[in-house]
Amino acid sequence: MSGVWVWIEHRDGEMKAIGQEMLGAGRGIADNLGQPLVALILGQDVANIATLAFDLGADAVIGCDDTSLADFRVEAYGPLIGQLARERGSSALLFGATTRGRDLAAWVAAELDAGLVPDGIGLKVENGTLVVTRPVYTGKLLADAFVTSSPQIISLRGRAFPPAESMGKSGQAEWVQPAVSEDDLTTRIIGFESSEGTVSLNDATIIVSGGRGVGGPEGFQPVQELADVLGGAMGASRAAVDAGWIPYEYQVGQTGKTVSPDLYIACGISGAIQHQAGMRTAKVVVAINKDPDAPIFKLASYGIVGDLFKIVPALSAEFRKRLG
Amino acid sequence: MKAIVCIKQTPSTTAVFSVENGNVNWDDPGGKPNVLNPWDEYAVEEAIRLQEAHGGDVLALTVGPESSQEALKTCLAMGCSEAILVSDDTFAGSDTLGTARVLAAAIRQAGDVQIALFGKQAIDGDTGQTIVQTAQKLGWTPLTFVAQIKEFDPAAGTITVDRLLEEGRETVTAQLPVVISVVKEINEPRYPSFMGIRKANRATIPVLSAADLQVDGGVGASASKADWSNVYAPPPRETSVEIIEADTVEEQARILVDHLFEEKVI
Repeated sequence: MSGVWVWIEHRDGEMKAIGQEMLGAGRGIADNLGQPLVALILGQDVANIATLAFDLGADAVIGCDDTSLADFRVEAYGPLIGQLARERGSSALLFGATTRGRDLAAWVAAELDAGLVPDGIGLKVENGTLVVTRPVYTGKLLADAFVTSSPQIISLRGRAFPPAESMGKSGQAEWVQPAVSEDDLTTRIIGFESSEGTVSLNDATIIVSGGRGVGGPEGFQPVQELADVLGGAMGASRAAVDAGWIPYEYQVGQTGKTVSPDLYIACGISGAIQHQAGMRTAKVVVAINKDPDAPIFKLASYGIVGDLFKIVPALSAEFRKRLG
Repeated sequence: MKAIVCIKQTPSTTAVFSVENGNVNWDDPGGKPNVLNPWDEYAVEEAIRLQEAHGGDVLALTVGPESSQEALKTCLAMGCSEAILVSDDTFAGSDTLGTARVLAAAIRQAGDVQIALFGKQAIDGDTGQTIVQTAQKLGWTPLTFVAQIKEFDPAAGTITVDRLLEEGRETVTAQLPVVISVVKEINEPRYPSFMGIRKANRATIPVLSAADLQVDGGVGASASKADWSNVYAPPPRETSVEIIEADTVEEQARILVDHLFEEKVI
């Protein structure tokens, strides 16, 4: 059994950042194991994604271009990857730990009766085994886990591994047939409402979040403004979401999203342990809070004690001045 | 209609952990170290709402130690019609796939189930992988991260849901039976009523063992294909906060922005 396989996530004709990160992580593993890096590209009209995968370091591409794969459906994608892995053998299968990637990794592992370690934030190879560092108990503890069967199936979190860079390579993809025909699929995607215009929290390099301290729905206005000036995403604490000030999709924390930006600016967020669980891997945390004893200051690199309604607009103005 | 809600008992969200010789221990300053997995509350609530709208039964199901009865009692107190504990020493140490096999066997045995509901993930292992694996073992369609059930028609055998993905909301229609996982946005879980709590406290929860189920495939520690034994406390964050003080907020902003440029995070 050989080959390190990575599933490449793409949308609207473009490879997602997580796809590039999986190629980056996969390249490192493949080199370490002395095996080829194989990109799996499933979808419709995906020839350009295959070309890009070669350029980003894939040694081979196995693709399937079919209308039944136009929308991601795990019951169409899963059996095909399962079948390919059974027929050809792979020593490792990597997925990005996105909503789709997590579903797909779980399905493929179930289909192959293989082990699975999801949601890695760190990865090393020890004697041919991929040892995955991942948070457990919502980040209160870490585990170094590994799969004891072959193939080793793992998923890795976004923004935890550097993306692959262009290597100027090219190659010929191998195109295969789908494993499941449209007639045997019982799900249909009948609509999609994109959260358009907003930067996705999961992909954001900068996040500005508001909590109880913003005081109401209109209190998010200066928070959004600072996020916009920085080209970042806006987030919120559970307290603000539960108060009905802002929709749930903005929530960062144990029962919301787990984010890992370069910069996290917490405005009026006390920083309960449940909130920390969602943002503790941010590189730099800035806390702005009235209460000098707020737990968020223990996690922060920089803090300003005071009124967020004065400080946040002043920050927006200062950044606007510097960033032009 | 028959719905099954698959739940797990987990440490509370405020639990404090320690690791000694690889064993994870926890306690809770509030005195309640174990709870119904918070994500599962939304699944239980949604299952009860389906029952209220369509009649029939809602069964709460868990695989775990005897002590998991407590979490099942919370489900009964909220309004589930029945609870089943699946517990056997041979199941201990299962990986997600082993657990999925046991859940699939129990769901099959319950008979004529149209929908199995899960919370998005359990806050201990945090894998969120058992849902899809249970669906795969049952041969049912998985629908994960459901934010709304728009239509559920047990007679026609169809369901339409909104799923919350990274880029937005996807509307999917599927044929029953399905396995779904729900996110917090879907509802506001009810508090158990006084009568519900009394009923739950009096209930005897049936316990199924390995001998009572026809589990297809390997379970337990010996069949587990993932090693999770190396668990440890994360290294403390190596930051000490620099509190920025100045005469005016403009000056504070300027100093902070200087620092952030130096950190190269802008």
